[in-house]
Amino acid sequence: MIEVKDLHKSFGDAHILKGISTTFENGKTSLVIGQSGSGKTVFLKCLLGLFNPDQGSISYDGKIYSKLTDAEKRNLRAEMGMVFQGSALFDSMTISENVMFPLKMFTKQSKSEMQDRVDFVLKRVNLEGAHNKMPSEASGGMQKRVAIARAIVNNPKYLFCDEPNSGLDPKTAIVIDNLIQEITDEYNITTVINSHDMNSVMEIGEKIVFLKDGHKAWEGSKDTIFKTDNEVVTDFVYSSELFKKVRKMYIEEQI
Amino acid sequence: MTYLNNIGAYFLMIAEMFRKPTKWSVMKTLILKDIDDLIIGSLGIVAFISFFVGGVVTIQTALNISNPLIPKYLVGFATRQSVILEFAPTFISIIMAGKVGSFITSSIGTMRVTEQIDALEVMGINSLNYLVFPKFIALMLYPFVISIAMFLGVIGGMAACVYGGFSSLEDYITGVQMDFIPFHIAYAFIKTFVFAFLLATIPSFYGFYMKGGALEVGKASTTSFVWTSVMIILLNYILTQLLLS
Repeated sequence: MIEVKDLHKSFGDAHILKGISTTFENGKTSLVIGQSGSGKTVFLKCLLGLFNPDQGSISYDGKIYSKLTDAEKRNLRAEMGMVFQGSALFDSMTISENVMFPLKMFTKQSKSEMQDRVDFVLKRVNLEGAHNKMPSEASGGMQKRVAIARAIVNNPKYLFCDEPNSGLDPKTAIVIDNLIQEITDEYNITTVINSHDMNSVMEIGEKIVFLKDGHKAWEGSKDTIFKTDNEVVTDFVYSSELFKKVRKMYIEEQI
Repeated sequence: MTYLNNIGAYFLMIAEMFRKPTKWSVMKTLILKDIDDLIIGSLGIVAFISFFVGGVVTIQTALNISNPLIPKYLVGFATRQSVILEFAPTFISIIMAGKVGSFITSSIGTMRVTEQIDALEVMGINSLNYLVFPKFIALMLYPFVISIAMFLGVIGGMAACVYGGFSSLEDYITGVQMDFIPFHIAYAFIKTFVFAFLLATIPSFYGFYMKGGALEVGKASTTSFVWTSVMIILLNYILTQLLLS
């Protein structure tokens, strides 16, 4: 479980995160949503330890990150998997080498053991036969799946995804969302996803944290987000015509 | 103020480069890859430039010696001194600042833009050690490139001298062997090691700390070339003053 308490982060005069507190539970897919510029990426980078918070604390299964030694921080980071918005695959390596990279860095497995694990994980993300392709030869959806495979290859306890389906067509986006959900359930991982995609919210939002101007404006689940009368959330959720129609249908159904 | 910040950040980067070393089995592969990219990949252009510039130095020297009292072997002597003392270590290094330096800046800068460096950091890897240290070790073989440049510069001079009819082969070889001071070779290699350090670290600094997108990668490559060249010229002056005067 990840517990965030009163998190503040500023860059110069810009106060980006203004006292966010929440928890992300094991085996659940949690989404951090909000408009562009609401502080989602900074929040995620604080969770990853890429930014040090100015105030507040983040604890991973009871261990407060800021109180860990450098070696403990390194060990904790080895338990984290991250799927970046642009996939961030190493473009000088093949797909197979990309997925094998965390194993090479953090385990003492033999080459054949590592290869077996890579084969298994690539099969899990439906990428059998793509081993020797370079990232530049793979489509956007394939690159995202390779990034997921690389993130889970070392059996992480925590999985973070920054807008994992941005730039993908709706069908592929759903495939990626479902894959993340399945992996979270299967390995009992604490998964935190940054998104502003309402389809993702409807598919996998077991817990949703809504950020607005660096504050936590609302917290709930995919079942409650359409029922809330919080104006900030409804403005965001029903900003598209499609969701306005969905809401109308929902209200009519209730009546 | 920005310059002072950059100087401080540069030295902090060098200190960080030696901390939290990457696993040796991975580092070994990275070093070999960088030797291939930075050293082996530069041999062709260095050989080509050295041979022909050695020839041009010889022709210029021969054409400027019109006094019949000046012995012909002076052409070989002047070529050797120019090539060993300045042309091979300093001017090849400036060419390498363009070739190798911009390659280092753009490859690390692209990794920054595409979040590959963030991916390394998230995994708990010291990205400076992973990215910069292998380049630093690979460029410790840079004196090998300069040795080839020295040799081919003198050979290019000999070809131009003999086939251009400026003096005989015997005169040229006599000039090349005349008044040879072994310390000049040591001086050239001391400079080469210092320039190799600059070639590995300054372009890495500009690539690693760049901000922005693809356009900024190009700008960072240009800036790194300018500053690497400036530092090479400046340290060339200081080292020459310290070692030869």
